Amino acid sequence: MSVAEAKISWINGPVLRASTSDTFRINEAALVGRQQLLGEVIRIDTRELVIQVYEDTTGLRPGDPVLGTGSALSVKLGPGLLGNIFDGLLRPLSGEGQYVEPGAKQTRAAQTYAFHPTVKPGDRLTQGAVFGAVNRPDARAQRCLLPPDCAGEVISVAQPGDYAEDYPVCVLRGRGDQVREVAMSHRWPVRTPRPVAQRIPVEGPLFTGQRVLDTMFPLGCGGRAAMPGGFGTGKTILQETLAKWCDAEVIVYVGCGERGNEMAGVLHEFPQLDDPHTGRPLMERTVIIANTSNMPVAAREASIYTAVTVGEYFRDQGMRVALMADSTSRWAEALREVSGRLGELPGEAGYPAYLSSRQADFYERAAHVRTLDGHLGSLSIIGAVSPPSADFSEPVTTHTKRYVRCFWALDPARAQARFYPAVHPLQSYSQDLEVLREFWTQHGNPQWTEQRRRFLGLLEEQARLERMARIVGKDALPPRQQQVLLCAELINEAFLRQSAFSTIDRFCSPERQIAMMQTLVRFIDLSEAALAQQVDMAELATLPLLRRLRRMGEDIGDEQLDQFDALRRDMEAAFIQLAKRGVADAG
Amino acid sequence: MRADVYAVDAALRLEGPLLFLRRTIRCGLNEAVEIEDDAGRIRLGRIAALDHDTVTVEVLESTSGLALSDTRVRFLGEPLKFAVGPDMLGRVFDGVGRVIDGGPPVSAARTLRIDGQAINPAARDVPREFIETGVSTIDLMNSLVRGQKLPIFSGSGLPHDQLAIQIAQQARLLDADQGEFAIVFVAIGVSYDTAERFRTAMEGSGALEHTVLFLNLASDSSTQRLLSPRYALTAAEYLAFVEGKHVLVLMTDMTNYCEALREVSASHGEVPSRKGFPGYLYSDLATLYERAGRIKTVPGSVTQLPILTMPSDDITHPIPDLTGYITEGQIVLDRELDRADIYPPVKVLPSLSRLMKDSTGEGYTHADHPALANQLYAAYARAVHMRVLASVVGREGLSEIDRLFLDFGARFEQELVHQPGARTLDESMEVGWRLLRMLPRAELYRLSDRQIAQHLAAAVDS
Ligand SMILES: Nc1ncnc2c1ncn2[C@@H]1O[C@H](COP(=O)(O)OP(=O)(O)OP(=O)(O)O)[C@@H](O)[C@H]1O
Ligand SMILES: [Mg+2]
Repeated sequence: MSVAEAKISWINGPVLRASTSDTFRINEAALVGRQQLLGEVIRIDTRELVIQVYEDTTGLRPGDPVLGTGSALSVKLGPGLLGNIFDGLLRPLSGEGQYVEPGAKQTRAAQTYAFHPTVKPGDRLTQGAVFGAVNRPDARAQRCLLPPDCAGEVISVAQPGDYAEDYPVCVLRGRGDQVREVAMSHRWPVRTPRPVAQRIPVEGPLFTGQRVLDTMFPLGCGGRAAMPGGFGTGKTILQETLAKWCDAEVIVYVGCGERGNEMAGVLHEFPQLDDPHTGRPLMERTVIIANTSNMPVAAREASIYTAVTVGEYFRDQGMRVALMADSTSRWAEALREVSGRLGELPGEAGYPAYLSSRQADFYERAAHVRTLDGHLGSLSIIGAVSPPSADFSEPVTTHTKRYVRCFWALDPARAQARFYPAVHPLQSYSQDLEVLREFWTQHGNPQWTEQRRRFLGLLEEQARLERMARIVGKDALPPRQQQVLLCAELINEAFLRQSAFSTIDRFCSPERQIAMMQTLVRFIDLSEAALAQQVDMAELATLPLLRRLRRMGEDIGDEQLDQFDALRRDMEAAFIQLAKRGVADAG
Repeated sequence: MRADVYAVDAALRLEGPLLFLRRTIRCGLNEAVEIEDDAGRIRLGRIAALDHDTVTVEVLESTSGLALSDTRVRFLGEPLKFAVGPDMLGRVFDGVGRVIDGGPPVSAARTLRIDGQAINPAARDVPREFIETGVSTIDLMNSLVRGQKLPIFSGSGLPHDQLAIQIAQQARLLDADQGEFAIVFVAIGVSYDTAERFRTAMEGSGALEHTVLFLNLASDSSTQRLLSPRYALTAAEYLAFVEGKHVLVLMTDMTNYCEALREVSASHGEVPSRKGFPGYLYSDLATLYERAGRIKTVPGSVTQLPILTMPSDDITHPIPDLTGYITEGQIVLDRELDRADIYPPVKVLPSLSRLMKDSTGEGYTHADHPALANQLYAAYARAVHMRVLASVVGREGLSEIDRLFLDFGARFEQELVHQPGARTLDESMEVGWRLLRMLPRAELYRLSDRQIAQHLAAAVDS
């Protein structure tokens, strides 16, 4: 088959038009100009193509050639991904020079991986079947998958040993006696979701170790969440915290149009931290995709699809995968920019009309599934949203809200007071609550649903009272309302606040979350009783023990849960004292 | 290959800063051109779009006086470049890198693309070295780090220039003699006075020979404003990543830059996004701000201190908003504090340094520095909240503890934010501890028992 060819006729930034009499297909990858820059066909109009180019187009000229590749824009999925950093088109960034050079190829270092076959000649394999295992000393164990479009009878399979990821380790006879060679790695088009046997309902949480998330607004495993927030409200830190401590088996972290120093920070920090669930270095379960804000804008658009494709690949190996995308707004802006260059009719805030459906497609790729090979796997997606002027009524945030099940709204007022994570308890929500009741019951708190509701109720009342106190003064509020304010303040300070930088508190086990929650519930009960006994609320508010409550997250670690019992006993004693004094005063 | 290729009499149309030419010559996107008018005056331009028949040139200087006939266009066959060398230090350039101090031309060691190249994120080194600026609200509350980009969000008439000059003069590392800063100052559409004030200040402190100045003054063409920071950053990158120096880049005023971008975008007929600014303002600003940083294999660093005036003091305006989304924090100046004669009038709550977490604490500054900053933030936020309440219900309507916080807030502004002269970090921390002693220990729950015992036990200060 001869290569399809076109000639550039018009160039404007990352978008160009080319004329041709050959056959090109939509979403086909193309090589542009003498440097063979990577591009993708995004529109075809009789004999004219529109191509978006994923690299700096400086120096391109009308008349320069465009070559078709015959296949859709795709990435190579294989055992070399874990522990490494790639650009938006999955080209490795490690090992390269100081600067990102245009025209880089999608090759990876000629490394070998220890392959172990799990099939033998004569076995019949279905699409997407597992045919081997890969063990790397520096990454978690992986499985080798047949590409989802390939099945047949094994003719031969390599002996255990070290092979390059492209080496044909397995040969199959497929339909019509076609012989097909399969390697540890295979390519997959990024814009096409990988097929699964069945989507199944979400079960259990993606446990994050963050109290405000797990206890208040939990995310189901295979679910989708968004965290919108203005600049500096803590999206990136929260995403990184989740990438570090959540109980997924593989993390795909995509820095989409964000800062270079943040990616450097992740690369520096992750190898030094251990996964609390396995004790292995965090980097071993992580794939980083970096398309920083100063890298070509079209590649930013592709990076989101690349990341979700990588996530699906690990899901198909039967793993629990979490994808963090920071920030989906930059992706939307990349869509807007390309659309603008094409002169498309702008919709809301200049975004193209198809923005919403693109977002839906993206979030739809999160799922809990039975894989083609019959394993259970999941891909959870957590997207950061960066609304202009922190205004949540803008298009990207409003559309996102329609497609996610968890909405973690970050509040600038909290962030400014250095109250982190700045998740606003009254603006956030989770639709995965029902499926998580079981999880908390198993860990010893069958009352989670009611207690959570009680916390939220107090916080809601606090918001109402604060508005009122603004008119009448705090001291003028009746004791009952002062008690509400005190309890709500404690829920915030002692429970919701959790520093990502505290070695003790950055991760909170389910048991500790329960212990803290119940300590507070006990306090609320006791304070209500005290109220009935007409204890002076001002005295309650200055109880020295409150300091210990407010610091319990930072002072009592996961290994010292018995200290919560001591705290509770001291608390009960303090209330008895208060009541006695109250009686004495009255008498 | 730098061919001297001219197009004569090819001009078809002039529209704002855009010059449309018949495509008589093979040329590539983004390549530079020189446009020579009948009087022999040369203007720089860039190829902004191309098709079979026409070349769209963006003229990077004023087009006033250009005509369609008698205009010669020279195609340089490569993007705009800047010849840089070690003896740039101490020199003054205009906004497009031409020497304007009357001295000899600089001898070029390298010729670099003014657009720079994206630093490979995997080759970046994490910025960690704390810079002491002498300003408490920065050092103690929002520290500046080598390789950071930390803008000053100001308003017109506020003393941002003074603050920037002070930082340029006082900046040093804690463990001294790690080499001095080289300073690159770029004036973007500011008045002659501002630029002159900076020059004399640097001269006065004997720092002029470590300084490179780039001047695009208010009277210069606005299209050129898009180039000045690029020339300046090219010089900074050269000094940092080739010469191994630590470079501090001051850019003032980024608002003028963004307005020039809006003007040029409008002349291209592009669909505007918020407030008429182009949709790619974020990406465009990122190509400037992301040029700060450190690279693992070379010794130098580029630290940026961009200054911008927020139109009508509005922090949600697209210019500060998008800047804040790119930079690693911001120092916000406030008109009310300025009116109350507090200098520097730093509004602490919306200010932030994201790199502070990596550069303070044990092994960097002082083990208790982060906790102190955190506690001061929490206490001051509460004080500001109380101030709002008190303005409605009066001081009497507050509880006793709340009144203490109210007083804390006032003293915080008077004693910590306000500072007559430079303070060392230790001095700033001492002020911080002293202020916290006003408050009941039980309320200081961002500090550990140990920190309270160690720093606050000392004589209760009334
Ligand atoms: N959970 C946390 N614990 C402690 N500090 C935090 C936490 N979250 C955020 N911070 C602080 O807030 C700063 C800003 O957070 P971050 O960089 O995550 O903001 P962002 O929302 O990603 O902003 P942008 O949209 O501009 O990228 C951090 O540098 C850190 O100092
Ligand atoms: Mg961020």
